[in-house]
Amino acid sequence: MSFEMPVENWRASITQVTIGATEQDGGTRERAITIGGAATLPFLAFEGETPRPIIAMEVLDEQPEGWPEPLVEAFSDVYGDPAAWAQKCVEEYGADMICLRLVSADPDETNASPDELAEHVKAVLEAVGVPLIIWGCGNYDKDNEMWPIVSQAAAGERVILASAEEDNYKTIAACALADKHVVLNESPLDINIQKQVSILLSDVGVKPENIVLYEVTGGLGYGIEYAFSILERTRLAGLGGDKMLSAPMLSVVGSEAWKVKEARLPEEEAPEWGPQVPRSILWEAATALTFLNAGTDILVMWHPEAVKLVRQATEDLFTSGNGF
Amino acid sequence: MEAIGERINGMFKAIGKAIKEQDASVIQDMAKRQEEAGADVLDLNVGPAAEDREAAMRWLVESVQEVSDLPLAIDSTNVDVVRAGLEVCENEAIINSTTGEAEKLNAMMLLAAEHGCSIIGLTIDEEGVPGTAEGRMEVALKLLTAAMEHGIPTDKLYVDAVILPVNALQDTPPRVLEVISQVSMLADPPPKSVIGLSNVSQGAQFRSLLNRTYLVMCLARGLSAAIVDVLDEELMDAMIAAEVLMNRAVYADDFLKAYRK
Repeated sequence: MSFEMPVENWRASITQVTIGATEQDGGTRERAITIGGAATLPFLAFEGETPRPIIAMEVLDEQPEGWPEPLVEAFSDVYGDPAAWAQKCVEEYGADMICLRLVSADPDETNASPDELAEHVKAVLEAVGVPLIIWGCGNYDKDNEMWPIVSQAAAGERVILASAEEDNYKTIAACALADKHVVLNESPLDINIQKQVSILLSDVGVKPENIVLYEVTGGLGYGIEYAFSILERTRLAGLGGDKMLSAPMLSVVGSEAWKVKEARLPEEEAPEWGPQVPRSILWEAATALTFLNAGTDILVMWHPEAVKLVRQATEDLFTSGNGF
Repeated sequence: MEAIGERINGMFKAIGKAIKEQDASVIQDMAKRQEEAGADVLDLNVGPAAEDREAAMRWLVESVQEVSDLPLAIDSTNVDVVRAGLEVCENEAIINSTTGEAEKLNAMMLLAAEHGCSIIGLTIDEEGVPGTAEGRMEVALKLLTAAMEHGIPTDKLYVDAVILPVNALQDTPPRVLEVISQVSMLADPPPKSVIGLSNVSQGAQFRSLLNRTYLVMCLARGLSAAIVDVLDEELMDAMIAAEVLMNRAVYADDFLKAYRK
């Protein structure tokens, strides 16, 4: 008797969202990237469509302070210049997207003006042809002040504006609608709030094909099991037909993984953990793979070696054992 | 829960008239209203008035699928009327319904297999509706066996445990709850369970209250689908709330709104 693989049939598939617009669609990107479309859980190719994850590499718009040595080594030649940094990520490390974090907007730090921030965005848009994610500084007042100008500077490029939260979504949603961008729906690792923000965004007119989900998660070792279960539950709800949770998901990996002491501490300070390289790189890669297995569609990463490891592991998962 | 909208039925005066006069706009309007109200499936029943019921069913199916892509439940006890509807149906289809009576069961299952569609089976056999939950389960098993013999996947069978009016047979509602619980254990993947909800309150007072209370009780036992008046907003609200409370839908502050998006 032949064995028949039991196959799960889901009610719905994940909404497809296109990031980036080429000249033909009113932008200047060399290519657009469509994410989403999963018809089953990740890597179960024998059950249905499981799209390959996209890796966005993160670029800060000013020189970071206190970075761990392995990151300094990788980026110190470019990290005062977001355009050069972005270029390096794309040309040398093959980043699918650039995630530009406007840290210089922070009113408690550099407090760059909206016009200056718009210049940073334009410089990166000119330097690279891949789609962009643009992240505010997290201060609601400052972000809401800058979004109209920063979003306008990228009008028509279909960037992801990050991020809309339950208590602060109207300005960013209005900018996304006006300038044809995608909105990142952020929640504090709470599926109920994530769903509520989708409802709120939908109420103000943001269509499902313009929403990406993001749960704030930590790095490996810091409650990642809980994060995994929330992401997986979100994906299960989406596949089960919950339209408010059927958007593709994004995970921030780099900044979270490198925040923890297991990645940050050099060997001199923690000799029992061995050399910082490859420890820190493995820490970032393992964090990324955990989220991939929960269903994440876009990973935002830092270290080029971690990016390489995740690419290789993903490729292996796609090419080995498919269809059994 | 799959909400099967019951309003396109020739028994309703306006629908009966529209079928008679071939006024598609009335039917299509009702299809759209039910879809907007949250129907997952639209039930189509030509009612007793139509002279040529096969032609009327064909016309109903064609009229509705012009404006809606929802699955259609072809509702008739007559094999020829069901066949007529299935032949023109381009949307997904559900046969509504067969009973456990041998001759009809075989004919309807053949149709379901031929069209690759789902089928609702009532727990009624040659003796009528069994008075006990066990009796209904015996018929349910007969329905399941017939489906399997015809190569119909077990989850394409909906078992309808036949709810009867509470003012006439008050011991029925708890028995039907028992059947709903047990249906999910009959096979893997399990058959679905369905009820024609409005029947529970036929001829009774406070119909809407009885309907929504009973629906919630059924959902707590794992009901998969119900033929309901989706235009009854309080009923739908109760259904949505029950789905959240059963952890079948993710809670959000605007959970009622979310369901209707």
